Order: sequence, then C-alpha cells, then structure tokens
Amino acid sequence: MKNKLSRFAVPYEVWMALFVVAPIVIMVFYAFSSAEGGFTLSNFVKMGDYTEVFLRSFELALIATAICLLIGYPVSYFMSREGASFRRTAMVLIMLPMWMNFLLRTYSWITILDNNGLLNQLFGKIGLIALYNNLTGSELTYFPMMNTQGAVVLGMVYNYLPFMILPIYSVIIKLDHSLLEAARDLGANSATVFRKVILPLSLPGVLSGITMVFVPSVSTFAISQMLGGGTELLLGDLIERQFLGGAYNPQLGAAISLVMMVIVVVCMVVMNRFGEGEEQAVML
Amino acid sequence: MSKELIRLHDLCMAFDDELVLDHINLYINDSEFLTLLGPSGCGKTTTLRIIGGFTTPTGGDVTFDGVRINDVPPHKRQINTVFQKYALFPHLDVFENVAFGLRIAKIPAPEIEQRVMEMLEVVSLKGFERRRVDQLSGGQQQRVAIARALVNRPKVLLLDEPLGALDLRLRKDMQIELKRIQQQMGITFIYVTHDQEEALTMSDTVVVMDKGRIQQIGTPEDIYNEPKNAFVADFIGESNILNGTMVRDGVVRMYRREFPCVDGGFAPNEPVDVVIRPEDIDIVPVEQGQLVGTVTNVTFKGMQYDIIVDLGGFKWLIQTTDHSPVGAQVGVKIDPDGFHIMKKSEYSGLFGDYSSYSEEYEELADVSALEEEESGDEE
Repeated sequence: MKNKLSRFAVPYEVWMALFVVAPIVIMVFYAFSSAEGGFTLSNFVKMGDYTEVFLRSFELALIATAICLLIGYPVSYFMSREGASFRRTAMVLIMLPMWMNFLLRTYSWITILDNNGLLNQLFGKIGLIALYNNLTGSELTYFPMMNTQGAVVLGMVYNYLPFMILPIYSVIIKLDHSLLEAARDLGANSATVFRKVILPLSLPGVLSGITMVFVPSVSTFAISQMLGGGTELLLGDLIERQFLGGAYNPQLGAAISLVMMVIVVVCMVVMNRFGEGEEQAVML
Repeated sequence: MSKELIRLHDLCMAFDDELVLDHINLYINDSEFLTLLGPSGCGKTTTLRIIGGFTTPTGGDVTFDGVRINDVPPHKRQINTVFQKYALFPHLDVFENVAFGLRIAKIPAPEIEQRVMEMLEVVSLKGFERRRVDQLSGGQQQRVAIARALVNRPKVLLLDEPLGALDLRLRKDMQIELKRIQQQMGITFIYVTHDQEEALTMSDTVVVMDKGRIQQIGTPEDIYNEPKNAFVADFIGESNILNGTMVRDGVVRMYRREFPCVDGGFAPNEPVDVVIRPEDIDIVPVEQGQLVGTVTNVTFKGMQYDIIVDLGGFKWLIQTTDHSPVGAQVGVKIDPDGFHIMKKSEYSGLFGDYSSYSEEYEELADVSALEEEESGDEE
C-alpha cells in the first residue's frame, strides 16, 4: 500500500538525511576517533574530569524546568478559563519576547541585573540595600546578581517559559467541557474537578512542556556565558570550547555531546514511560 | 408513587435578550418517566440543564422536594445526568468511571466495589470493569454513562438525548433497557429527546415543547390521540390538518360538507383545525367515498403504503395496506372517531398539508419524478 503522495515526502527525507542523520553520524565518528584519526575510547575516559559540569548542567536545567512548571501550569490554567479576548492578549504577550532575537533579550537582562543595573538602582533608591546592611551589618553598595547560578536559571526560565505554557495551555483549552460538568454532576467541587479530571488529563501537555524546557536548558551555552559570566561552566559551554575556544578538541566535544544526548534521550524515554504508566496503572 | 418531587414555577431563561424559556410551569412526580420532547432549539435541553444545576434561570423557581434549589450547585443536588456524548473520563477505566462519584463521596472501598459491580450487572457490562472507555462501542459507553450516574442512587436521573448517537437497532434495544432500568430502580427519569417515537415508547408523561413554551403535557396516548394544537399533531406522528368549522357538537364542516365526529364543546360555527391521522382514513371505491380524490404519489413503507391523495387541492397522506396506483380516482372514508377537532392556534395553517412534503417525502418525490422522466411519462 504505497501512498500516492509519498513522492512529496522526498524533499523532507533528503532534508532529514542531510541535517539530522548526517550530523549525528559525523558526531559519533568523531567521538570514537583520536586526533590522528584512529579508533579510540580515550575521549570518553577523559570525560570523568567534567563530572562536575555534567551535574551542574543537569541540576540547573532541572531547577529551571521545575520553576517553569510552577509558573507555567497556573498561567495556562487560568488563561484557559478567561474570555476569548483576554486569552488572545495574553497569548500575544507570552509570544512577544520570542519575536525578539534570543541574544538580544538575554543581553537585556544584563542591564537589569548588573551591579549598577536597573534593579540595584531601584533597590538603592527605595533604601532596600541600606535596610539590608542595617539588618545584617554588612556594607554592600549593590546586591550581586550577575554571574550567579540564580542569574543563569533566571535566563533559562525567562527564555523557555513559553515552551512550557503553550503545550499545557493547548491541552487544557481542548478539554471537553462536558467532562468537567460530568465531574461536577457526580459531586465534585471545583478543587476536586481540578485534581481528578483536569490535572490528569493535562499531563500529556505537562510532559511535552517539560521536554521542551529541559532539553534546551541542559544544552544552553549562551545564557550561562552572558548571565553566568563564564564562572558557571555548563555542558554547552564545555562543548563550545572544544570546537571554537582555545581548548580546541573536536573529538572530545563530540564525545561529550554524544554522552549528553544519550542521557537526555534516556531521561525522555523514562519520563514518557512514566506518562504512559499513569494510564496503565489505571488499567491494571 | 405519585408524590410531587420537582416543580418548575414560571421558569424563564434568556440568553442575551433572546427568550429561550417562556414561563415554564411543570411538576414532576417521584418515580415518573417524564420526557421533554421538541425540535432543536425548543428549550428542552435548557430546561434539563436548569434542573441539573448547570444553568441558573433568569426568572422563576425550581423546587426539589419543596425546597427552592435555584442556587444550589450541581455537586450538591441529588440529581445525576447522562450527557449527550456520554462525557466518560478517558483517563479512567470502566470501573473507575462508575466509581467516580462514590470515591468523591468517600464511600469505603469494599462498598464501592460492591455497588459498582452491582450497577455494571444492571447495565449488562459485567466483565468490562478494566476496559478503557475508548475500547467500548457506543452502546457500551452509553451504558457506562448510565451506570456512572445511577450508582450514586440519585433521586432523579437526567438524560440528554442519550440515544442520539446510536444506530436504529441499538436505539430500540436501549429504549427497552432504559425503561427496564427505570422500573427496576424506581427513580425519576427526566428524558430529553426530539424523537417522538422514543418519547411515546418509554414515557409515563410527555411534555411537548416548542419556542420555549410547553405546548402540551399528557400521557403518550393523550398526546397522540388528543393533540392540543397543530404543532403537537404534526410533531407527534403524521397528521393531515385541515381548516374546518364546528357546526355544532358532533358535526364538523369541511369541503362544504358536514361530517359526523365525536368532539364537542365549541361555539356554534367556530373555525377549527381538524386533524385526521393517516391510519384513520380508509380508501374505498369512488361511489362509497365521503370525498373523492386523485392518487398523486405512492410509497412502499414495508408495513403499509404511504399514499398521497389530492382532495380538492389539499394533499392528504393516507396509510393503508392496499395498493392504489398513481393517477387513480379513489374514494375516502373517515369514521366519526377519526376526526380530532382542535381550537385555532398560532400554529394553524403551518402544518399538516402534504403538498409540501416533509424531507423524506421530498426525497421520494424527487426519485419518482426522475423515474417519470425516464419512462417518458408526460404530465
């Protein structure tokens, strides 16, 4: 049963081969070769030196994902309950930053978080810094916010929050209203309707939101370089250095990328299993 | 048995100035099977939603057991609903769908188990407990929805066109099944449908609605035999509705002739609507007929022929087991109890003339017109 339209898929197949399959093949090839070109596993052995970077990357990405979920779910939920015009406006406001260049909007956070940036000036003006000094006996002239893990997490949350809101929102907005009425009819108050119907039925949106925030967060390098000031080395930075930086070692970079990819894929598979398990647990 | 349970008093509902319910007054007895019957947009579903608590009326009162419940939210009413598209929870299996209300009520687990299994037995779904609801057929989903509502032992079950999505055969089976369940459980069913046959088959009381108003309340027999106006006569079954004059009790005049009938109680020479059911008309030889007409259309319906007869420009529908060919002159005879006399109403003249066929007749007329063309038949 060959689909008549299958020939229209050819450009897509070529595209996939060129830009998805080929890079992965090249990456795997590099990861297992030495600088001279022979087969080696030494790239992977060297990786033990970077355990700390791996852990930090996954930790920050997890924190950012959790914060995105904590903000994104309520936003999606309450947005879906508002009128159509409110929903449109809110959607535009959420999308608006994404129409701006990624680097530009991340740079703008530097102006806000800097030692004499907007926030510190504001805190100084309203006497918050003086108050803090009085309370703790310290002598700060500003709150150090730049170049911290907090700033990096903030950058991730800020950049990837829409990717959490959109899938959750689109699942909730499509929920059959009669299901909610049926639950109310069967004795559920608003809290119970949410807990027993809306929440479980919106889990697929939550799962794809988590995926869409976690994966770019764990591999980011621009955010950590700009807001972390290079002090909080993340996987993305590490990889970038192997290709573009002074530590030029594309074989090691490929190996790190490969390991990171495998870990991310395993995480996603486990999580999706967990998602399906929800349904299967009910079946058993 | 006939204790009053629900009363709707001067119930009004308006959406954006559009009056959907216009002073509905109705009482519903305990253990009664009551059907709200009417075309789409007549307000029957809105009435049901008000009783269920999903819509708050803009005027009037709803009382339940004598207590006003206008502002009681749905989850605090002893009323459960079977929704039009079942609204089963897709993330739960059959057992958990049925147990949903019991779990919320914090019933102990062994009792939940027992009540759910009992109810699945009632709706003949034993052995399906662990199926996912999307693995069930339409009829099975329907029965899960009924079990899910009934397991809570409500005083009233609301059903919103529950059989609409099922095929004809299944619908007939479910009609009988529903009636059986209602009698077995001894609770009040309020049933919404636009299918007159469904209403007549199952109900103790039928409420015919149109344009947000109640047109007639009665037993199925009353509604069919003594329709109050042309709308009811046309909506329930097929009817020929003609203009007539009530000369005096027992005598009605139409076609410039006087016919004996059994109705009375009208003013002398009062203009009336005369309803004659298609099955109450006999086709007889021309010389024996009270009226004479020409057959213009014959449709075989299995149990009977639907014959359209042109009587002085007004097309009558006659149902008979005897075939008469198109073009034949026939006599028509009606017994006195075949006439149903109704007062004139806003619906007079809108229904009951089969020259403007209902949809199915139109289709058939088109087919026969085509056949006539093909056979080269000239008019």
